[in-house]
Amino acid sequence: MSVAESDFPSSWKKPPFIKSPLLRWSIIIGSAIYLALAFGTMDVDWERAAEGLPRGKRFIAAFFPPNFSDNLGVMWDGIFESIWMAIISTVAGIALSVPIGLGAAKNLAPNWVYLACRSIIGGSRTFPEIILAIFAVKLFGFGPFAGFVALSIGTIGFYAKLLAEDIENINPSQAEAIKATGAGWWQWINYAIQPQVMPRMIGLSVYRLDINFRESAVVGIVGGGGIGATLNTAFERYEFDTAAAILLIIIGIVMVLEYTSGYLRKWVQ
Amino acid sequence: MLRLEGLKKRYKTGDYALKGVDLEIPNGQVIALIGPSGAGKSTLIRCVNRLVEPTEGKVYLGEMELTTLSSSKLRKARRRMGMIFQEYALVERLTVMENVLSGRLGYVGFWQSFLRKFPKKDIQEAYRLLDRVGLMHMADKRADELSGGQRQRVGICRALIQDPDLLLVDEPTASLDPKTSRQIMRLINELCAERGLAAIINIHDVLLAQMYSQRVVGLKLGEIVYDGKPEGLKPAVLTDIYGEEDWEATIEEVDEDELEEAVE
Repeated sequence: MSVAESDFPSSWKKPPFIKSPLLRWSIIIGSAIYLALAFGTMDVDWERAAEGLPRGKRFIAAFFPPNFSDNLGVMWDGIFESIWMAIISTVAGIALSVPIGLGAAKNLAPNWVYLACRSIIGGSRTFPEIILAIFAVKLFGFGPFAGFVALSIGTIGFYAKLLAEDIENINPSQAEAIKATGAGWWQWINYAIQPQVMPRMIGLSVYRLDINFRESAVVGIVGGGGIGATLNTAFERYEFDTAAAILLIIIGIVMVLEYTSGYLRKWVQ
Repeated sequence: MLRLEGLKKRYKTGDYALKGVDLEIPNGQVIALIGPSGAGKSTLIRCVNRLVEPTEGKVYLGEMELTTLSSSKLRKARRRMGMIFQEYALVERLTVMENVLSGRLGYVGFWQSFLRKFPKKDIQEAYRLLDRVGLMHMADKRADELSGGQRQRVGICRALIQDPDLLLVDEPTASLDPKTSRQIMRLINELCAERGLAAIINIHDVLLAQMYSQRVVGLKLGEIVYDGKPEGLKPAVLTDIYGEEDWEATIEEVDEDELEEAVE
């Protein structure tokens, strides 16, 4: 049966990802043509771009020096409102996400529950926070409550989806072992599922708090209250130095949250 | 004690994993279930406690028929069947103590287990078992800090604290080295003898099966092809179960004392 030494092939190529050469080459050539056309039709007016540069310079110069003192009271009110909005929308969003996430995990829920929960998640993921905020402002009027509702719904789409996916990726033999002891459904969740998904979920909560704080600046612009509203007012009044101060504070808080979430995630692992 | 009647399992793909298995295990008997991969060994023991739902046939535990039980009655019945797993299947992020106590989940209510407030005698029993397997000092360690052999001992404690009548053991030594494998098999055997437990042990290692069981059942493609004494495993029988191979070396008479010494 053995083959003479020289009869073995001496070259080898990795099999291509797309087997059919026709399909492979039409995808490659098609994308190349599309990209060439897309860039070709993009009408860049270099003159206007050049005019924009000094305007941008003046705009940025107006930011300096950032003015923390003139509107201090309003700024703090906005920041506390944003922090409050971020915290309660994260808590409320996660509280709603847990049952929905459990229901959206294929290995836990019967099919009809699975489909129902997946559609809730899909629905809330369809709209970005700013669209949700516009709806909420129309429904509940201006103010932080509208922002709170928008961010809570946004949190569900994020958190429930990741929770469900994490549950679907658990180690099934650990779950099987707890089931075999005669544990009830809730005991099974508490002993077999929760320990496996908890560390990641804690990390994601802090991450979501961070997102919600940043988004609270965005929803404020469309009337959802918080620091975004303050920022918007500052721009409308051409108080760019105050706007700069607000932006710096947002950056500072986001950085603190970023550091905290990284630390927390390491700690719970 | 345990009686299987015409047990069949067909998977969604249409393949029969079990093609009508009849098996009776008296009180306190330890049997080894051998057979090639895919013979249906895992499916068989999972059909007993219905982690896998059998398609046809009956399973009697004592007088109780298990295949028709409602889910709450099944829960109660599962308490009487301790299970030990191939990759230990400990919940890795829980402590050793929580893993052992999880064997009591069928006996306590949700809030008791949620708050980790188990009855005093359960906690005492958990410590007694951990001490019995030499892991008393590990009680507060997280399960993923333990070595393979230690994890399997915790797995054994979790099964025994259920106070079962029967142990279902799925490839307990598959991921352990030869020495630890023998220690674990000996431990399971001793504990079964101490408590008068019956056990079904799925095992790949024919030599271990012969050394540590009173009866060997050979499964091939979902059917029993051998049922008898460990000494009866002649080359012809092994060929019947596994296919053609040189079996002489596998079943060579082992000097038990010599092996015991090597293990200590």
